[in-house]
Amino acid sequence: MASLRALVGCKRVIDYAVKIRVKPDNMGVVTEGIKHSMNPFDEIALEEAVRMKEKKIVSEIVAVSCGPPECQETLRTALAMGADRAIHVEIKGEEYQGLQPLAVSKMLAKLIQNEKVDIAFFGKQAIDDDSNQTGQMVASLLDWPQATFASKIETEGSDTLKVMREIDGGLEHIKVKLPAVVTADLRLNEPRYATLPNIMKAKKKPFSKMSSEELGVDIKPRLQVKSVVDPPVREAGSTVENVDELITKLKDVGVV
Amino acid sequence: MASLLLRSAATLIRPCLQRSNTPVSSVLLSRLYSDKKPPETDSFVMNTFLGRMNTTEVFPYPDVMSTEERENIAMFVDPVNKFFEEVNDAARNDKEETVPPEIMAQLKDMGAFGLQVPTNLKGLGLTNTQYARLTEIIGGYDLGVGIMLGAHQSIGFKGILLFGNEQQKEKYLPMVASGEKIAAYCLTEPTSGSDANSIRSRAVKSDDGKHYVLNGGKIWISNGGIADIFTVFAQTPVLNPATGETKDKVSAFIVERSFPGVTSGPPEKKMGIKASNTAEVHFDNVHVPVENLLGGEGEGFKVAMNILNNGRFGMASALSGTMRKLISRAVDQVSNRVQFGNKLEVYGVVREKLARMTLAHFVTESMAYLLSGNMDSGSVEFQLEAAISKIYGSEAAWMVADECIQLHGGMGFMTECGLERVMRDLRIFRIFEGSNDILRLFISLTGLQFAGKHLRAVQSSIKSGDVNTLFSEGFKRTKRVMGMSTVDSINDQVHHKLATSANQMAQCVGEFGGACDHLLMKYRKNIIHEQFLLQRLANASIDLYGMAAVLSRTSKSLSDGSPSANHELLLATTFCQQANSRIKTNLASLSARFDIELDSSMADIAKATTENGGVVSVHPLRI
Repeated sequence: MASLRALVGCKRVIDYAVKIRVKPDNMGVVTEGIKHSMNPFDEIALEEAVRMKEKKIVSEIVAVSCGPPECQETLRTALAMGADRAIHVEIKGEEYQGLQPLAVSKMLAKLIQNEKVDIAFFGKQAIDDDSNQTGQMVASLLDWPQATFASKIETEGSDTLKVMREIDGGLEHIKVKLPAVVTADLRLNEPRYATLPNIMKAKKKPFSKMSSEELGVDIKPRLQVKSVVDPPVREAGSTVENVDELITKLKDVGVV
Repeated sequence: MASLLLRSAATLIRPCLQRSNTPVSSVLLSRLYSDKKPPETDSFVMNTFLGRMNTTEVFPYPDVMSTEERENIAMFVDPVNKFFEEVNDAARNDKEETVPPEIMAQLKDMGAFGLQVPTNLKGLGLTNTQYARLTEIIGGYDLGVGIMLGAHQSIGFKGILLFGNEQQKEKYLPMVASGEKIAAYCLTEPTSGSDANSIRSRAVKSDDGKHYVLNGGKIWISNGGIADIFTVFAQTPVLNPATGETKDKVSAFIVERSFPGVTSGPPEKKMGIKASNTAEVHFDNVHVPVENLLGGEGEGFKVAMNILNNGRFGMASALSGTMRKLISRAVDQVSNRVQFGNKLEVYGVVREKLARMTLAHFVTESMAYLLSGNMDSGSVEFQLEAAISKIYGSEAAWMVADECIQLHGGMGFMTECGLERVMRDLRIFRIFEGSNDILRLFISLTGLQFAGKHLRAVQSSIKSGDVNTLFSEGFKRTKRVMGMSTVDSINDQVHHKLATSANQMAQCVGEFGGACDHLLMKYRKNIIHEQFLLQRLANASIDLYGMAAVLSRTSKSLSDGSPSANHELLLATTFCQQANSRIKTNLASLSARFDIELDSSMADIAKATTENGGVVSVHPLRI
């Protein structure tokens, strides 16, 4: 099965190390001048695709990102990590502000059909909105099987993947027939670092840009954001002298 | 030009260290007062010795990267940062006194061994500015790894990059760029440290003319135990065709470990940068093919000095990275630690330290990228600027580490805190690649030599009756005596918000020139023996370059509307104010009787202590 074509979704998100601040109008978080990077789960998904290519299971990896011009940096990183081609679906300004998983899924599904993809890899969720919807929606739109939260992926024969999933209380082993959607969990692998020579080489790899109109997808938001607020600040605790006092306190708040 | 000056300044330093009137001094004298047309240069520091403000290479702050170069380096920063943050473990490397093989392998994959080797020879072809930006990251995390990488490419094979012929480049650069082979720079010997011309290793051409037979021993060679490619300096007999005399002169060679007779010793135990390998390297009747001569025969001293000179900018940038990280640590400490009911950050003694640390970082960083930018735009005469950046950066980083530990109190002294390692690692930076003491003499003497040539030219044209020269020089001195600035204002080049600081600098440059003038008139050739004065003159020179660097950088930030422009303004004006008073004190002390007497007392104390074999004063308890 050396001719599988893979597509990997690479979302540009606020870097995991950045302290998130809510905008004064409570309609989102501050993104201007903030360090962004590739969604860490997408990095894991990409790494898995690259490893499958190194094992000659996958023949070509297409990296895709939907969003503002800065997504090109994210895709350059993907190319440096081992993707063969990149497609940037450019979405700017207000349209990007209102971009939601369903619209992204429709665009990805369309690209998957156009590119005759056999395996679509995504992170299990993005660390910015934590929606955990895109992989599932893409599978549904394409009517493909889905293996979400994958923590180990093996191939069986020429058209089947054996996927291990970490679930509450144990491990679940499933088989999916290709073509399929796979979403990556944290322990699937440890992504490599883009090396400097590969970053240089990545600049020569094919890079195409398109719009949502070209894909014929309506990306208008279906959900309305009412407000975005900081999580409540944790209240300070207090030290109790002895068990009796503890029980009294617990009774006061009605938990025992 | 750079090499000529380097060489002559080194000849200047030797007699002044030996404190003798050897024939070298008379050579020097004739050079100092030769009637030849005095040399011209755009080096800012060099010109200050004449009291001239040449801002060609200082304003505006260099912006030398092309869009593509900027994009590339922006792409490199993240993965390198991530690698050092998540994979490399500086504490472990320090403890195990090695860079583990898996880290070496990943650094090789990353391309870290051939950052400045041209792309067609398997390197990344980075400019000095791009290289500086990456060394800054490494300096922030692990100076041991930094030295291993620096000893390899900043000095180890830099000679091949700078002086190698096409064959040498094609043969050696690809293997060192990929990290397949590690390189080392072999200059220091047991009897030859700062005085590099005194090395005893010798290479004599074989009778058939095909080889040099190399014999000698090198010590404290970074990467000495792990390198396969060595840049080795040795004396070779060189025939002077004019006199028919044969004299030993230093030549440089590319030596492979695989040549029979090359051996290295066990890794040395050190105070810091333990992860890097330091070892002796011995050459016992090593046959070095003649095609491995690097640069011409007898050109080795020039090669050696140029390599070091070309590498110093990377130290300043690496140390900026170290300081940036130390300042984050300090901030973390003072904004969390509570004593006497308050966070440390509110206390004056804490604020004073943090401000001093921040200023030291700002000045070093400004110098580092000014220098790398100048080098990228083709400046060749930056040896004084490079020396100043190395001195300032290494002393600033030492102070910042020291104060960072102080702010951490007892915790800072604990190994677990991770700061004592940084301090141990930093200590060597004031010693190696030209010790700060020698570099201070180098700065003063090179500058004074330059000024001396001009002074001589002025004297001879006055003697020959050139009224214009007489008038302009006389006018300059009169102005100086009256406390007026003899230097043209640079207000058109500096942002108007920095006008006061710019005027301070202009005045300091004038007074600096005046002080040099005074030293040359008063001491003439004997100035080379006045190390107390030379040191203070160098300190003033360091502060002057610091002023120029921060004024230039801040002017750019103000005109670009950089988000931190107002804070930079505060930093720049504060530093200039401080530097201004230090410079004035230092310059005044070059002629004030009080200070000269102090110098002589200091010399007497040292002499007595040396003669006594230690402290002279008897114990206060008499027991």
